[in-house]
Amino acid sequence: MPDGKAGGAPEMTRRGSAPPGHYTRTAVALHWLMALLITAGFTLGTTMTDLAVSPRKLRWYAYHKWIGITVLGLVVLRVLWRARHAPPPDEPMPHWQRLAAHLTHGLLYLLMIATPVVGWLYSSAAGYPVVYLKLWRLPDLVAKDAALAKVLVQAHGLLAWTLMLLVLLHAAAALKHHFIDRDATLRRILRWRTP
Amino acid sequence: MARPRFAWAAAATLVITLAAAAAGDASIDGTKSSLIATFRQENVPVDAPFRKFSGHILYDLTQPASAKATLAVETASFDLGSEDYNAEVRKKGWFDSASYPQASFVSSAIKPGAPGHFDATGTLTLKGKTLTITVPVTVGRVGAMQSFDGALVISRKYFAIGDPDWNDVVDDKVSVKFHLVE
Repeated sequence: MPDGKAGGAPEMTRRGSAPPGHYTRTAVALHWLMALLITAGFTLGTTMTDLAVSPRKLRWYAYHKWIGITVLGLVVLRVLWRARHAPPPDEPMPHWQRLAAHLTHGLLYLLMIATPVVGWLYSSAAGYPVVYLKLWRLPDLVAKDAALAKVLVQAHGLLAWTLMLLVLLHAAAALKHHFIDRDATLRRILRWRTP
Repeated sequence: MARPRFAWAAAATLVITLAAAAAGDASIDGTKSSLIATFRQENVPVDAPFRKFSGHILYDLTQPASAKATLAVETASFDLGSEDYNAEVRKKGWFDSASYPQASFVSSAIKPGAPGHFDATGTLTLKGKTLTITVPVTVGRVGAMQSFDGALVISRKYFAIGDPDWNDVVDDKVSVKFHLVE
């Protein structure tokens, strides 16, 4: 059994908050769960379109949509959580890096919302309602419109690729902080157990 | 001058066309009518129209029992909104449009119901298989024309529409909604 687990409590400044310099478990869990889902959704999305018409293709489209809707739900939870649980202050770094990091984070949040929403819009415009987990039919955001669908599918792809490139940039920056700057940037999002 | 002569020719053509339309026996107006199949894939309801169909509905309010209806549908005109899918459903495993270009319904008996309603019994032929069906039909008006509305549910398996490996993904039951104007 790990020691000092019960002893962590006095450090806490507020009920449910992590000690200063740490992310809450909820924040860590949401971060990695969404990283996994975004990567899976992107991989499915870029491969399913090239599949020949088949039962597998239809299934992959369904899974892709379920993943997208899950990401949308989780990002809402994440924004709400973040509003009540401030992330730890930045590690010491040059001003431009701080600016770049915050800009990337802002864009990531924006794209985590915009990509699934535009995908949902596209699905509606194409005449295919989204039925989440095969159980719940979500409302159509727009009426069936082939011309609009064509524009929306382009936009969805562009947003998804931008999101994925920013995820890679974000990951590359974290690795740079870990291996070159040797600071705690990566460690603090990997730390599950509060010390 | 060529211009006035052209105008006269155009006017004459228009008059002849209008006269032909007025005198010609009534048939379903494809531009005002619709025939839409709704199927479910992964529980997602998808509406897709048949773009080409033709037929006649003879219906006289004073003699509803003598009504007759025939409908012929081009199976290759099923439009899922993308050519990949349209090509797929024309294949042997689905409609087999090369061997069975048309699906049809021919009425055999009309049973009048409440005013503006009747039950049409007849033979549905699809992919070489036949089935006797009875469809409740509602009669309405679209301008000076009559409209006939109704819906039925058919089984893909019965007509062998779709290979069995699709059965996990696409539901067996397909509903077909028609709005025929003539």
